[in-house]
Amino acid sequence: MGEARDQAGPPTGRTIELVLLAFAAVLVTGALILVEANQEQTLTVDLLLIGAAYLALLVAAHIAVRRLAPYADPLILPAVALLNGLGLVMIYRLDLAKADRAVALGNDLPTLLWPRQVAWTGVGLLLFVGVLWIVRDHRKLAAYAYTAGFAGLILLALPGVLPSSISEVNGAKIWLRLGIFSIQPGEFAKILLIIFFAAFLVQKRDLFSTAGRRFLGMELPRARDLAPLLVAWAFSVGVLVLERDLGTSLLFFGIVLVLLYTATERVSWMLIGLSFFAAGGFVAYQLFGHVRTRVQIWIDPFADFDGAGFQIGQALFGLGTGGLGGTGLGAGRPELVPFAESDFMLSSLGEELGLIGLAAIMVIYLVLITRGLRSALAVRDSFGKLLATGLAFTLALQVFIVAGGASKLIPLTGLTLPFLSYGGSSLVANYALVALLLRISNAARAPLPRRPATPLPPIAEAGTELVERPS
Amino acid sequence: MNTPVRRIAIAVMAMILLLMANLTYIQVVKAGDYRTDQRNQRVLLAEYSRQRGQISAEGQVLARSVETEGQYPYQREYPDGSAFASVTGYYSLVYSAGGLERAANDVLNGSDDRLFTRRLSDLITGRDPSGGNVVTTIDPAVQQAAYDALSDAGYTGAVVALQPATGAILAMASTPSYDPNPLASQSAQTQQDAWAEYTAADPPVLTNRAIQEIYPPGSTFKLIDVAAALESGRYTPDSQLTAASSITLADTATPLQNFNGNACGTAATASLREALQRSCNTAFAELAQQLGEQAIRDQAEAFGIGTEDIAIPMGVVPSTIGDIESTAALQQTSIGQRDVALTPLQNAMVVAAIANDGRLMAPYLISEIQGQDLETLDTTEPDQLGQSVSPGVAQTLTDLMVNNENSYTGAGKIRGVQIAAKTGTAEHGADPKSTPPHVWYVAFAPAENPQVAVAVLVESGGDRNNLAATGGAVAAPIGRAVIGAALRGSQ
Repeated sequence: MGEARDQAGPPTGRTIELVLLAFAAVLVTGALILVEANQEQTLTVDLLLIGAAYLALLVAAHIAVRRLAPYADPLILPAVALLNGLGLVMIYRLDLAKADRAVALGNDLPTLLWPRQVAWTGVGLLLFVGVLWIVRDHRKLAAYAYTAGFAGLILLALPGVLPSSISEVNGAKIWLRLGIFSIQPGEFAKILLIIFFAAFLVQKRDLFSTAGRRFLGMELPRARDLAPLLVAWAFSVGVLVLERDLGTSLLFFGIVLVLLYTATERVSWMLIGLSFFAAGGFVAYQLFGHVRTRVQIWIDPFADFDGAGFQIGQALFGLGTGGLGGTGLGAGRPELVPFAESDFMLSSLGEELGLIGLAAIMVIYLVLITRGLRSALAVRDSFGKLLATGLAFTLALQVFIVAGGASKLIPLTGLTLPFLSYGGSSLVANYALVALLLRISNAARAPLPRRPATPLPPIAEAGTELVERPS
Repeated sequence: MNTPVRRIAIAVMAMILLLMANLTYIQVVKAGDYRTDQRNQRVLLAEYSRQRGQISAEGQVLARSVETEGQYPYQREYPDGSAFASVTGYYSLVYSAGGLERAANDVLNGSDDRLFTRRLSDLITGRDPSGGNVVTTIDPAVQQAAYDALSDAGYTGAVVALQPATGAILAMASTPSYDPNPLASQSAQTQQDAWAEYTAADPPVLTNRAIQEIYPPGSTFKLIDVAAALESGRYTPDSQLTAASSITLADTATPLQNFNGNACGTAATASLREALQRSCNTAFAELAQQLGEQAIRDQAEAFGIGTEDIAIPMGVVPSTIGDIESTAALQQTSIGQRDVALTPLQNAMVVAAIANDGRLMAPYLISEIQGQDLETLDTTEPDQLGQSVSPGVAQTLTDLMVNNENSYTGAGKIRGVQIAAKTGTAEHGADPKSTPPHVWYVAFAPAENPQVAVAVLVESGGDRNNLAATGGAVAAPIGRAVIGAALRGSQ
């Protein structure tokens, strides 16, 4: 209807977005009903209320988009909503299983995770709207590039310098535990650093194509031109390696390479980066016992099934048991895998939804990511292009690292599946990331400001006018 | 900058495709391996999380699943443990299942087609899906009597009791036995300890000797010789056979003696009746030679030996009379030695067919399949496998077996009940003369209206040093006790 009234402009796609959001809410409610039917063998009207509440939340986000970014890509928000919803259902489902087990063993009830995740979803949507509200033009962000980069580095390094008592959880020193809730500042640092890298590369872009030494037949920019970028990059990857957050360091490494490649249009950067990576990986393998363990588990998880290989082994059993069609939501045993709701969300979903379900989820991710990259193609400014590419590729690389790790495609490094896994920081940060993508896609799809059809004649050529003579 | 972005988009698609290819490999190609890996608890957990059906006998529960507060929602219980283990088998999270637990698994876990409508209604009404119940043909009193008789004496052996008219198995005992309860424990350690103990036991306890082992039938095989002779029409119970204490096997220098080297009575010849009563080896060797291999083989097959793959529903090891390559071999076969080997169940089928006017019935252990609410879903109809002998011959055999029983000494005779029987004492092993023999007693009662047929086997004569053990002394009292228990129940 909005489109009908606004006949002159291109379609905004907002109606499509609303319909797709409703579709996502129906799917999520259906999934919830299946979980309930399989786990508790009872169905209550509450489920429909929960579904309706979820839809209401999505509609609120939709209205915000309609007001603040009316031309934003209509597929992005529904894709995110569906992933977030499926994640919530699976977290709820794992809570049920854990509670059942605790009751059976006579233990205290475990902390339920789904109410927290619902709360984090609320916070995430608030930040989503906030980012859309505050960032009216993504190009303004470039002005704060160094501030963002600095803040990002501090956030990243903070857990490393703070005492373990408030920064370490399960061996990874990447947390800030603030009373009742904990956040992973690295998740937010990710976005800030992407803003910095994108802005910096746009600023220095000309340098890459002009100056440079030749090395192995490739033109390299002068080191000092790239110094701030390389320093920031080396610093962040170094910090993460020291914090033993292998997944995130891999993520940063990949993002910077891709941004360099996009900005310079030179494959040489990828090749140099990848050879650095190979060398770094080799050194890390030699230096760090935990890296060696990861690689050994990757090669044969069943060699040490009762020890280090237990988690990935259980995940593979879960995926195998799920097979093509899955056991059905609520009818599998995903809770047998440690960290089933976070790092191993993939195997939880794969066991109960099967290969078919995982394929659908991968397609949703692909839609989300390619829509982000499409905005990068369509947006007119270089900073927007780089920023959108960086943000979209972050999602892609993170999905690849996590899903590949949980399915023994690559060595396991703990990360979360964007929007699906349990984890407040990841969810909230990714909602901010999506808000930025929507902002850029709005800029890409919005019509150019219309010039007046016939310019007014200059004042000098205006005719004279007979005015009634004052009496 | 658009070209790199397009290439990155292609790279992203390739990454997702790579993930999908890997997931396809895991969830399709490797799925079977992962699903069935011993370390994958999921499939068994699924079985433990629904109520498995019960196994019962005449209202007595032999195996049931009860709700627990433990790690798993249900716990399998065997109230009478060892005595019925040869019927129920075991159900173990770690070691799978045996006996009826394995053979009737589809019914017990609810996946049998006959339970389909039940499953459907469970789904709709939201009731916990659960398995069907198996009602056995076992008469608990007979089973208990058979088990007690064997185990109280410390024997290694088996007893099978059949209802001649139907083939229903009233008892199927095997000793030494085991307690299936620890194997169903929720503690893997308890299961492991029990499994280690049971598999290391000597003599083995997990073997069901009634259906999983074959033994030389010894003199009980002479019933088949007599049946063949009578069926030929050329012999009557009064036909005369040699009474020599020893003969030489045809075309060899090997002597064949009667038990303890006795002559078969005082005359030069003995009647078929006397020869069977005294179980004279020489007479039957002569008879077999006269009848020829084919007649003996045909008669053995008519009793089901080597012809049927029997499942009750547990698989029964096939019985055999072996290759009979010479007349000497035939002569040895005729006294139930050489390659002849029968399961106790098969030997019980032989006497049950005689008791049933020659009609050989298929033995069966499951009488009924029930839904969760004990409503009958299926009942087993008796199945006739064939006609072993004519009713007239069956009657004559019965008379001869009555004559046998009345000549036997040994304990446990039942006042007012006429039993028809045959004993057997079978040499076996590498050094048969100094190895205690397997002893047999096959019988049915009452002779005039048979209600129960039994086969008793005691390995190595009960205790391993008793070279003088005979079927009459060791096995007959057990058989009579079982018949007594069966007839008390049917009166």
